[in-house]
Amino acid sequence: MNELWFCIVIFVTSLGAGLLGALSGLGGGVVIVPLLTIAFHVDIHYAIGASLVSVIATSSGAAAAYVREGYSNIRVGMFLEIATTLGALFGAWLTTKAPTQVIGIVFGVVLLYSAYVSLKAQHEVITQKADALAMKLRLLGKFPTENGEQAYVAQRVPLGFGMMWMAGVLSGLLGIGSGAVKVIAMDQAMRLPFKVSTTTSNFMIGVTAAASAGLYLHSGYLAPGLVMPVMLGVLAGSLIGSRLLVKAPVRTLKVVFSLLIIAMGLEMIVNSIKRI
Amino acid sequence: MSWNDKRIETWVGIMLRTGVLLAAAVVLIGGVLYIAQSHGRPSDYREFHGEPAQYSTLTGAATGVRTLQPRSIIMLGLLILIATPVARVGMCVIGFLFERDRLYVAVSSAVLLILLYSLFFHK
Repeated sequence: MNELWFCIVIFVTSLGAGLLGALSGLGGGVVIVPLLTIAFHVDIHYAIGASLVSVIATSSGAAAAYVREGYSNIRVGMFLEIATTLGALFGAWLTTKAPTQVIGIVFGVVLLYSAYVSLKAQHEVITQKADALAMKLRLLGKFPTENGEQAYVAQRVPLGFGMMWMAGVLSGLLGIGSGAVKVIAMDQAMRLPFKVSTTTSNFMIGVTAAASAGLYLHSGYLAPGLVMPVMLGVLAGSLIGSRLLVKAPVRTLKVVFSLLIIAMGLEMIVNSIKRI
Repeated sequence: MSWNDKRIETWVGIMLRTGVLLAAAVVLIGGVLYIAQSHGRPSDYREFHGEPAQYSTLTGAATGVRTLQPRSIIMLGLLILIATPVARVGMCVIGFLFERDRLYVAVSSAVLLILLYSLFFHK
């Protein structure tokens, strides 16, 4: 195998990951690291570097489409980004200290958890109760529904902020977008509408990842020859995926993708424990 | 049209998309040159060594780009990509300034500082 073939194989794999990630709503980043480490024996530091860069690409690439829908809340996103970026700095610093096996085990657990969240039924609780802190920070808004505009006010802001910090730590430690944790922090902890949570989360993912990217760069995690096919593949896959989204059997894809993620999560845990 | 959140977001969305496409184009050009100049066995990523200064510092990348090193051109594309979310936060600072929303000028400036710290001041 020469460099061209290596790049083609990595590109096609990443394209598939990006495609499935966009169609299932789970994001392509979450499977890139296990794919690179398990199937291609890439060191986890290079793998999380390549994954994180592709996470920025998909987040920024999808932004224009999300804005058009008019659900995302710029103030909620910006305020919570203080928590996610600080968490990401800490998480990225941890990657330079934590043993590879520990990163592998945490990654496996996060994979299993993401699969669980995506398969679980969602309960939406919207409230207009005037939470004092949320009013002061103007964490409120309206979003379009079939029955006119629906107003909402964020609740339990400190809890949401804390969970966002954790989402940031996981993003920096594992090179993922940690969209699942971000959405839970917003729709379960802060009681924001599901649509608002998912679109605002997409916006936040890129900024969170950018906070770790600097540290990854300085720590030498970004290998240009590897990042190139991964980033181009995931980006192409996710752009194609978002076009196909209307026609695709989303529920079935979600189940298939979740099973794949569970398998990878278990593989990563077992593999890491074996090497301790 | 006055400044409001929706207008900020629309501009930001367009800017992000343009930035990503530009970054992808630069990475692709670097990638084609990289493959064209490669020979023999593919690179090995099994063991972590850390990339040399040429690919792990901003000044290193700039030097490589001037001499048209393929991997440095890829690096330039990656830096453009990393800059897109940073620019987004920067645009929000300006947008909130126009809205005269002092609280959120402060909030978005804080986020911007954290991002700039990570890119420029670490190590």
